[in-house]
Amino acid sequence: MTPTAPPLTAPVETDQPTGDEETRLDTPWLVIVWNDPINLMSYVVYVFQKLFGYPREKATKLMLDVHHLGKAIVSSGNREKAELDTFRLHEHGLWATMQPSW
Amino acid sequence: MGDDAALLVNALRPRITRRRRGDYELRLPPEERAALRSLPAQLRALLEVGDDPSLRRLFPTAYPDDPLREEEYRALVRSELTDKRLVSLDTMQRTVDATHLSEEEVLAWLGALNDLRLVLGTRLDVTEDMEEVPDDDPAAPAFALYYYLGWLEEQVVEALS
Repeated sequence: MTPTAPPLTAPVETDQPTGDEETRLDTPWLVIVWNDPINLMSYVVYVFQKLFGYPREKATKLMLDVHHLGKAIVSSGNREKAELDTFRLHEHGLWATMQPSW
Repeated sequence: MGDDAALLVNALRPRITRRRRGDYELRLPPEERAALRSLPAQLRALLEVGDDPSLRRLFPTAYPDDPLREEEYRALVRSELTDKRLVSLDTMQRTVDATHLSEEEVLAWLGALNDLRLVLGTRLDVTEDMEEVPDDDPAAPAFALYYYLGWLEEQVVEALS
């Protein structure tokens, strides 16, 4: 079950202004996991440990944030890394989204 | 899932444990194997059709605020997400009568059980503060299966942790 990275892609052409894009290259994207009523708490902790190598304590804290606050930022990085992390979370059935931090 | 007495006795035994040599012992009573047997094929059939609304939790949105990137993301990952799930379902189906599982097979069971719960839970519109479903509710058997899968998955997570 070792996840395979999705192919890296060229930046998407959009109609949105991209003037600030270059200064944002180092600005991280955030990967957010949202609370859901189905996934088991123990399973979510297990997935955070497995995917991100977090110690049990940190994985448990993140899971409790998801549970009590409705969401938690579980990782960050450039867009490619954030997309890979999001994909791996989706592969494991977690409700993850990503967004720029700016 | 068997009569009450059998259920009580069986409930005391862990269903899956890690052995010293690194593989796992799977101790499922026959009635539980029977309940699990047809599930992988059912989910596989849904995945092969591909657009059933109860599958939405298996393919979440990555970019909720960016339709273009979302479209690109979906095009990239959809088939890979589907294929991996099919592999796990096949493994679970192939080993549903096994008494010993390799770690790889246990991971496939974990993925398959979680996917089955996501789809069943979506169909049942499960919420966090849900009240207990009465026995005479038409959906009661499906809820019983849903809770059983969660109970079993909990033990798989524990065995792996």
